[in-house]
Amino acid sequence: MMLRAAIRGIGLWGPGLFGWAESPPVLTGAKPHDADERAPPAPLLLPANERRRAGPAVRLALTVAEAAVAMAREADPALDAARLRAVFASSNGEGAVVDDLLKTLADPAAALGVSPTQFHNSVHNVAAGYWSIAQGGQAPADSLAAHDTTFAAGLLKALAETVAEAAPVLFCLFDAKLPFPLSRCRRTDFAFAMALVLGPDAQGAAALGHIAARFEAGEAALTPPRAPSLAALVAGNPAAQSLALLETLARGERRRLAVPLVRGHLALEVAP
Amino acid sequence: MTAMPPLAITAASLVSALGRGKAATLAALRARRGGLAPNPATGIAGGGFIGRVAGIERHRLAPPLAAFTCRNNLLLDLALATDGFADAVAHAAARHGPARIGVILGTSTSGIASGEDAYRARDPATGALPENFDFAHTHDFFSAARFVQAALGLAGPAFVVSTACASSARAFIDAAQLIAAGVIDAAVVGGADTLCRMTLAGFAALGLIAPGPCRPADAARDGLSIGEAAGFMLLERDGDSAFALLGYGESSDGHHMSAPHPEALGAIAAMRDALRRADLAADDIDYINLHGTGTIANDASEDRAIAAVFGDRVPASSTKGFTGHTLGAAGIVEAVIALLVLENGLLPGGLNIARVDPAFRAQVLSANLERPISRVLSNSFGFGGANGSLIFGRQ
Repeated sequence: MMLRAAIRGIGLWGPGLFGWAESPPVLTGAKPHDADERAPPAPLLLPANERRRAGPAVRLALTVAEAAVAMAREADPALDAARLRAVFASSNGEGAVVDDLLKTLADPAAALGVSPTQFHNSVHNVAAGYWSIAQGGQAPADSLAAHDTTFAAGLLKALAETVAEAAPVLFCLFDAKLPFPLSRCRRTDFAFAMALVLGPDAQGAAALGHIAARFEAGEAALTPPRAPSLAALVAGNPAAQSLALLETLARGERRRLAVPLVRGHLALEVAP
Repeated sequence: MTAMPPLAITAASLVSALGRGKAATLAALRARRGGLAPNPATGIAGGGFIGRVAGIERHRLAPPLAAFTCRNNLLLDLALATDGFADAVAHAAARHGPARIGVILGTSTSGIASGEDAYRARDPATGALPENFDFAHTHDFFSAARFVQAALGLAGPAFVVSTACASSARAFIDAAQLIAAGVIDAAVVGGADTLCRMTLAGFAALGLIAPGPCRPADAARDGLSIGEAAGFMLLERDGDSAFALLGYGESSDGHHMSAPHPEALGAIAAMRDALRRADLAADDIDYINLHGTGTIANDASEDRAIAAVFGDRVPASSTKGFTGHTLGAAGIVEAVIALLVLENGLLPGGLNIARVDPAFRAQVLSANLERPISRVLSNSFGFGGANGSLIFGRQ
């Protein structure tokens, strides 16, 4: 069965891609892509205590989630972020905090043990947790992982939730850069994150694009972005698998994309 | 919101500190025999009691899957080979096709125990992890679902849900949505978490490990005991079974990363959401399996939520005094216990309770009750304020 949704808001943070508003000229090739890296801004939506405690993956995720929701709210001020369902997807979660804890646990001299804040910040759903704390509402916020197929798994789940619950869903995909030594066994050359506010695909409603997806049996290779500078980023972070989708949306094209999902793949039809 | 069609539970299995299989679990609950024992570890991961599964170390994965060897996947493999679970999945795969069955598992730390060992074996000169450390097949969050999908020969969507201690409860919800949206016809749900230094030391740092075996709902409760477990259920659209998932509810606290909401707003929202989706009233629930970790704050907050939704009309207990808090596996452990309650009419009273907290308003069971019942609600709450409530019952 085809899962259909309208895209109501987009957030983006990656090398040379500092927010969706600035990115279409780069994504369409109208402007050269200078793939420099920049740290995402501090998440001002968090209370001061939480902002101080938030790790790099949380900052990254909240930056794109907040931007996507703000964009969706421009078109539809009635959209209430505190009631918006959310699906966070990340291969590694807050890997830098996990790495730090593992170093402490391996150190026989670390008699004082681990910090309680670090421990609760190490859970995979730390970004989902801080997001819902920032919104102060009771809307569910899921958190899932599927290694190199996290983009497809997360998007499939977010689309299925949009359809099954007949409600808008925030989909936030992110992976921060891992520190050494974890960086040796899991490649993350740079931080990358994107977020989409997905809504039930009502006829006639304004949208930034439309997406239809079907899970299909059998492996398929990832459809790369058309631009070589974007295609060069795809292998550097599992979240960068979303670049072909973002490029298609920026170009206002109609395009079919395959995204691997373990032993099958997601067949996407993207349309303006 | 309209009621959801019930999803048949066509197979279930469980391995925990209570033993291997549904019969061993039922026998322990009936005899009120807990699985907690003193934690033999010393140092920052020491102290308190733990619910360990005996014999994991001796188990071996089939040679083609040997790369997945880690404590968490060994435990999952034991659960696959228990209660005829893998055979039931093979029958379902023949019926629906392997690509129409999802594998959606919850885990909070996956095979991180392997990562802990690798960090201890770092090269003293360079700090590099040992060459033979296979991150993707062990430590990685997704390793659990990838392993189970491969072991069962399935080809549908697979992913790991990791919402801390609500993980495997939320796996049911994700599966129900994928089935409702027509993506799959059946799903292997459940999950596992294994004892590791990370969680033992982390909960100790939070001051939440009880010195003795945990005693949820007791007036003098003083923390939790960590356990390990793996379990599964096979959920099928139009499946043939007397028992089903009737409803689910999910919510966030939106309050704090590790402290429950003072007014329990998230827990209340999750339970009401589950009742609505099951098209049931509060009085239709016959037993509540509490999240009931045994910490002062969790149990008090959950009691407030239960009292708000059910008053004192529904017998409720936590079974974590038996199994320990199995973290990301708690949802599936307590789902299988809910199924045992329904199948056998045995309502397990909480273990180790000398005196129920007099401030509690819910009806806390501290002794076993035998009576045939039709519907059970099970709660799971996790860090990040992630909540899941599941309703199981007769179809």
